[in-house]
Amino acid sequence: MIVTHALTKRYGRTVAVDAVGLEVREGDRYGFLGPNGSGKTTLVRMLLGLVYATAGEIEVLGKPVPKRVAEVLPDVGALVEGPAAYPHLSGRRNLALLDAAGRGGGRRTRRRRIDEALEQVGLGGVDQRPVKAYSLGMRQRLGLAGALLRKPRLLILDEPTNGLDPQGIKEIRELLTELNAGGTTVFLSSHLLAEVEQLCTRVGVVDRGRLVLEEDLATLRAATGRILVGTPDPAAAAAVLDGQLEARDGDRLVIRHGDPAALNALLVEAGVRVTSIHAEQRTLEQVVLDVTGPGSDRFGAAG
Amino acid sequence: MIGVELRKLALRPRVWFSVLLLCLLPAIVGVFLATADFAPPPGQGGAFLSAVVNDGALYPAAALALVLPLFLPIAVAVTAGDAIAGEAATGTLRYLLVRPVGRTRLLGAKMVALAVYVTAAIVIVVLTSLVLGVILFGTGGNPGVAGPGGQPTGVTSLSGQSLSSSALGLRLLGAVSYIVVSMLGFAAITMFLSTVSDSALGAALGGLAVLITSSVLETLDAAASVKPYLPTHYWLSWIDFFRDPVLWRNIDHGLLLQAGYIVVFFGAAWANFATKDVTS
Repeated sequence: MIVTHALTKRYGRTVAVDAVGLEVREGDRYGFLGPNGSGKTTLVRMLLGLVYATAGEIEVLGKPVPKRVAEVLPDVGALVEGPAAYPHLSGRRNLALLDAAGRGGGRRTRRRRIDEALEQVGLGGVDQRPVKAYSLGMRQRLGLAGALLRKPRLLILDEPTNGLDPQGIKEIRELLTELNAGGTTVFLSSHLLAEVEQLCTRVGVVDRGRLVLEEDLATLRAATGRILVGTPDPAAAAAVLDGQLEARDGDRLVIRHGDPAALNALLVEAGVRVTSIHAEQRTLEQVVLDVTGPGSDRFGAAG
Repeated sequence: MIGVELRKLALRPRVWFSVLLLCLLPAIVGVFLATADFAPPPGQGGAFLSAVVNDGALYPAAALALVLPLFLPIAVAVTAGDAIAGEAATGTLRYLLVRPVGRTRLLGAKMVALAVYVTAAIVIVVLTSLVLGVILFGTGGNPGVAGPGGQPTGVTSLSGQSLSSSALGLRLLGAVSYIVVSMLGFAAITMFLSTVSDSALGAALGGLAVLITSSVLETLDAAASVKPYLPTHYWLSWIDFFRDPVLWRNIDHGLLLQAGYIVVFFGAAWANFATKDVTS
């Protein structure tokens, strides 16, 4: 759905995006992660033909961008750096103007499509108040409705849950999962690890303009071959598992072992009581922190 | 897209407010003239003002002369400056382009919508001032309206052949069209600035700075060599439509000059906007 080769964007001497080779496959829920200022938004803008690349190639939906971007964009719904609307008009009116502005938005179906999109994002019952009276969360929902208006095959969303409360974040996550199940590919850029971890099937991590990691989330989160055990009898447990014990912290033990069920049976057989036992997995946070440096909004003292 | 741009303009309270202000200035002047009950001596005050006291049907021409030098350009500068920079400031520009709307198409639609706005504003000014003029001053008692064949200084005596009201209408139409074209040359300059800046206010002020510079140079004898090329140089030539016979020379020059400004600056706006990184 999205393929880039050696994509580079320079602003003067600053390199915002540096030789990025991205691959988003059809049906992915792709999480694009990176610290603030790492080039996420610039890359999203290049995918949409808003910013022109200095070097490299982009292909979206099988067509080159920006050369044939006009054929690509009708099948793409996007939310770029926060929602935007004419503040003195109502949400519905905003969507109608946006829909009428381009081709392929039938006038006859417009009203129904707007109602559907608003319903999807939880604004179905919104009144005629102007957008300037909307809360941040409502604006975010309206922006999403605009992206969904023409039932795109690909959704490119930059920080879609910005400004939403936990309930709203959950709603949007469910909506995106549901759309994805219906065949929509979702490309989501975010710096919220938890959001990506809960929603995405694949992640790309960008740091200082470079793509440092691109992998299926399941692979990243594969078991590490260690098991965490909680027990009120740590000394007894340590005696049973002499060679396999890696670390001990009070009544919590880290044990090198492949199978939690077998380990549990072994411990119980030896009369060791077990309060908790589970295979250790790397969290996305560990993975990301391992491959990225500090964000560009941090200016620590040199040295 | 043109329809969408027009709807956007029509839905903006600011646009209607600007039209209201344009109508208000001639109305205020008219009321003062009517209550004072004596005409400004010919050659003083705005063009046509001395004539309208005798014939209210001429008041639209006087109204145009009142709003043209400053009020109308300000309204045009505000609207044209808002064209691209305003969309950029609200963030809607990126969503329009992603919708997708071609950049060239967007710019073209903005220009056409602006032309419609200017035309509508002038027509509304003409209509309200016609009604007002007839109410305040009557139609001068004679069925035919005399065309002023005055001196180039804008003196408007009622000498010359009298014109039928249909001939006056035709001339008014010519004058309105000429003013619209004059404004579009200026609008193209401001719209170019609007593609350069991300601030609508900055673009509008830039346009007004051009206007003021041009007006200042116009009064400067030392600048005589550039005068014929100043954007405002032929603005007042619409008055020539009310001479008898119509004095075409300056009108032709003015149209040509404005066409040049439109082509150059609209072209520059297009060249800049079509290749620009949209980061707003």
